[in-house]
Amino acid sequence: MTNKNPGAQLRLQRFFGQNETILLLVLLAMVTAITAVSPRFLGPENLFSILLSASYTGIFAIGFLLVLVSGGLDVSFTAVATVAQYAMGTVLLANPDISPALALLIPLLVGMALGSLNALLIHYLSAPPIIITIANLNIFFGLLQFITGGEWLNGFPEWFDHFPQTYVLSFENADGVKYGLSVIVMIWLAVAVVAGVLMHYFKAGRKLYAMGGNLEAARRAGIDILRYRIFAYGFLGFCAGLGGMVHTLITQTVVPNTLVGHEFDVVAAVVLGGASIFGGSGTVVGTVLGVGLLAVLSNALTIMKVPTYWHEVFVGAIVILSITITTLSALAARNREKKYHAQ
Amino acid sequence: MSDFIAMRHVTKNYAGVQALKDIDFQLKRGEIHCLCGENGSGKSTLIKILSGVVKPDEGSEITIDGRVFPHLSAHEALEQGVRVIYQDLALFPNLTVKENIAFQSFSEKGSPMVSWNQVEKTARGAMSLIGLDLDLNRLTGTLPIAQQQLVEITRALIGEPKLLVLDEPTASLTRKEVNALFEVIFRLKSRGVTTMFVSHKLNEVFEIAERVTVLRDGERIGEYVPSEIDHKKLVFLMTGRKYESALPSPVDPLAPNLLEVKNLTRNGEFTDLSFTVKKGEIVGITGLLGSGRTELALAIFGMTVPDSGSLLLEGKAIKPRSNSDAKKLGIGYVPEDRLRQGVIQAQSILDNMSLTVLEKLKTTLGLLDKQKMKTDAQTWVKDLQIKIPSLDSSVKTLSGGNQQKVVLSKWLATNPKLLILDEPTIGIDVLAKNGVHDLVKKLATKGIGIILISDEIPEVLSNCHRVLVMQKGRFVHELVPGPDAERDLLENFNLS
Amino acid sequence: MLNNLLAASRAWGKRNAEMAALPFLLVGVVLLLSVAIEITSEGNVHFLSVENFGAMAAQIPELGLLSLAMMVTMLTAGINLSIISSANLVGVTMAITMLTFGPGAASAGLTLPLIVLTIVGGLLFSVLLGLFNGLLIAKLKITPVLATLGTMILYEGLTLAITKGYVISGMPEEFLVIASGDVFGVPYALIVFTVAAVVMAYVLQRRPFGRQLYMLGSNQTAASFSAVNIDRVILKTYMLSGLLVGLAAIIMLSRFSSANARQGTSLLLVTVLIAVLGGTDPDGGFGKVLGLVMALVIMQCITSGLNLLGISSFLTLGLWGALLIGVIAYRSYRAKNPGNRPKSVSA
Repeated sequence: MTNKNPGAQLRLQRFFGQNETILLLVLLAMVTAITAVSPRFLGPENLFSILLSASYTGIFAIGFLLVLVSGGLDVSFTAVATVAQYAMGTVLLANPDISPALALLIPLLVGMALGSLNALLIHYLSAPPIIITIANLNIFFGLLQFITGGEWLNGFPEWFDHFPQTYVLSFENADGVKYGLSVIVMIWLAVAVVAGVLMHYFKAGRKLYAMGGNLEAARRAGIDILRYRIFAYGFLGFCAGLGGMVHTLITQTVVPNTLVGHEFDVVAAVVLGGASIFGGSGTVVGTVLGVGLLAVLSNALTIMKVPTYWHEVFVGAIVILSITITTLSALAARNREKKYHAQ
Repeated sequence: MSDFIAMRHVTKNYAGVQALKDIDFQLKRGEIHCLCGENGSGKSTLIKILSGVVKPDEGSEITIDGRVFPHLSAHEALEQGVRVIYQDLALFPNLTVKENIAFQSFSEKGSPMVSWNQVEKTARGAMSLIGLDLDLNRLTGTLPIAQQQLVEITRALIGEPKLLVLDEPTASLTRKEVNALFEVIFRLKSRGVTTMFVSHKLNEVFEIAERVTVLRDGERIGEYVPSEIDHKKLVFLMTGRKYESALPSPVDPLAPNLLEVKNLTRNGEFTDLSFTVKKGEIVGITGLLGSGRTELALAIFGMTVPDSGSLLLEGKAIKPRSNSDAKKLGIGYVPEDRLRQGVIQAQSILDNMSLTVLEKLKTTLGLLDKQKMKTDAQTWVKDLQIKIPSLDSSVKTLSGGNQQKVVLSKWLATNPKLLILDEPTIGIDVLAKNGVHDLVKKLATKGIGIILISDEIPEVLSNCHRVLVMQKGRFVHELVPGPDAERDLLENFNLS
Repeated sequence: MLNNLLAASRAWGKRNAEMAALPFLLVGVVLLLSVAIEITSEGNVHFLSVENFGAMAAQIPELGLLSLAMMVTMLTAGINLSIISSANLVGVTMAITMLTFGPGAASAGLTLPLIVLTIVGGLLFSVLLGLFNGLLIAKLKITPVLATLGTMILYEGLTLAITKGYVISGMPEEFLVIASGDVFGVPYALIVFTVAAVVMAYVLQRRPFGRQLYMLGSNQTAASFSAVNIDRVILKTYMLSGLLVGLAAIIMLSRFSSANARQGTSLLLVTVLIAVLGGTDPDGGFGKVLGLVMALVIMQCITSGLNLLGISSFLTLGLWGALLIGVIAYRSYRAKNPGNRPKSVSA
């Protein structure tokens, strides 16, 4: 090689080969292109609205990432979120004077309980997670529909209605309408930061990566597999509950089938973010970028007045394209490392 | 030197089957001790008892460092410095080298947070013990197997290791890597660490062992010093049987060439290789793992395309573009990695045996003739003396030797002219090994040309008509097995 | 005679451990539902009746075809998440073709040829959609979950773009016959499914392609070293899956006389459920058509039975899930407590 410092070059290539870097560059390129076409895009009002509309998907995605990293899979979280929404909505309508803290705690507890149930079944039946969670998706959702009769819930207390309009930063636009960075977006970011710190700086997080990388080795190293499965699936349950709550706060109604059926949107975002479907790899930053990319894309299509029925074509094409690029670049990276270390 | 570990009257019954019968076993401090025995001789049970994973029966006695452990637990064994490295590595491919080395610190009580500085310090410290220098931040899964193994050994050095048990550590290493591993073992020996080494490769046993304990059928046959016994004697001790290997029957010198390889080159893999194989001839190719021998086999078998040079089969130029092309031309290949590439473990013996000849088993309607499929398979079972419960049983119920015969039968069924055998006896018991060798020689008498690739020099010398030595992608020597052949090879070609 | 029969059935159970429990489950479900329905309806409604069988027969074909389409890919250790969206894309395309050329063809008296052409075209299109999946998986080496997740979204998007989100309805009468017509009381659709299932069973068990598919599902590397052309088998598998989806699309379009982008999306996971209940191993290499058909019939019995009992279809959904977990629990129990496992031979 003519290069004087192949190690540094490899590091540079590693950095640019990293999924997060690629995603960020793509995101920036997209933002630049869209702004050039429609300058309104980059305005704070639009950006805040993108963040708000992506918040619950973002929260689901963080939970899903943890399960994926641990070597698991869970497609039942949309049903868990819906059950959690109904539990909260029902209690709120029956006792409008209930303390807000208590009301908002309900979906979280419901979520964690159902998530842990997934973990227990997967562990004790030693069955593939996808099968168990498909079964549970049907059970949770079927029973919910059966019990509630598919009834819509709305007319929640006033504080509940005002919650999403609590702004961390607030502005007024030319028409005098208030807008800003909603506290809900902060909830999403908080979850992301907590998960990010947990996965990198806590032993528990590293153990989740270890389990996803080599389950048998994790067992031999003395990791309590059941405990960490409950942790991962329970955390996704928590995120499902929280996402369900956030969704209700934004829409102010609880409808049985707005979330169920959209589990794969979240899967697509997380995979786009670079997490491996087979476990053991993936980062919170990548996941947030993955969610962001899809949100920006759909917002851009709206701004550019592309008919909504074309949106999914773009999303599908982007997902296939990005997965192809990731697969091919992973192959290339492996060859590069091989070559470098063979020298 | 005092006994570091002494096991007395160790017995273990598994549901009525005696895995170990009244074994006495001693390890001296700082020695390199090999444990030899066939599969099922009780080696792995002994290792498991030593590491506290399996409890021996009542009456067994284990003393470590003068302390008696009536019920040695895994935790106690670890505390006493016993470290076992199993054949299937217990690494996390998705974590960095430093995390893998320092992984146990994640299970320690104390702060729930990771101290990355501490992790790095621990890893660096442990690596320096054996003079290892790896990129600490590289993902372990991207390292070659040999280096992964060193990572695992490094991990075992955390805490105060006193005994390192290596179970078949050299199975997937090149000779150079084996040398590096042995160096590490010597280094540890100088620090007073005892090594217990389990290997099927007897030449390695003779190379490194200071003492050898032989087990057979759960019994201790004895303890030996390698200089006092030879290869044949050790085989006899392990198997309890004398085996005289016959040389392959001579090839007709006028027989036409079956395969002619001319100046075959594939960049980065092998360069300018020319050789011939006659009908009924067994040509050995030896060389270190990584010398390009498997790559050559894959090129002849059509799985890769050479950059230049030519192949002639029975005088006609051939250019196989895939292994199904090669199959049609009459070339078969028994791959080196039996478990991953050779057999399909979960599926039935019948399905495995017929996989290469499905097209030939069709009736006029295009459906498979199940009856013919079965009778054909039965014939192979009988011809190759394969021991199976039934044709419908899965391959994973078979021993290594019988699994290899299933792979052989799959290729014999295609009626090949040329058969390439890549490390056909790796990880197989001594007796079963001889069975495979006899079979190979018998096939040659039927006119099949055979290329036998192996890095075990005795294997090629006692089974081939001619041996080619390969180094760095080139042939460097050709010889005919004879009395001085082994010395010639060892002295001139740094093969071990 | 009876002894022979018993011995034969025991041997069958041993060879087919993964679906040995299904016949018993089927009989149990039928008995339980018959009794429950007789009691609750005070003898006015019967589970074992021609009407009920007719209702069941109408619903089995499309779900059965879709489940077969899912199963073949699972045998190769893959999955096809795009089956429903492919079916909808094909359905919508066929519907639009017939609506566009229908009036012209009708006036020229060419309705039947048009329908035949549409069907052939629909099947071809369907195979092409499968081929695209196969290319992503075999040539670009994308894992099946991700590849078909992508095409699921893409195909659904295309359907939405074509229909602008509307429902396309009003198929020619002659086309509706496929779902409504019958021979001696057996609906055409059921015949299509039966033929497809029998052909599939033969292809999987008795064609070289079928055996290769199973072997590749268990160990792709070893299969490739055995001179099996992996890429070709994978391409064929996903094309076959596409073909089965095409048949389902025709039947669905005929039954509803309409098509849209989001028809039957909830069926996707149900097809996985049916395949697994029928003994297909999601890790690849094992699973038979017979097991799938039994699982399908069991599920359909539960659906129809609970319907007759006046129980919400949503509860049925929950029961399906519970049934699957029950069967998995039973299999896991059997795996951990083997009764008389075949002994392994060590030589």
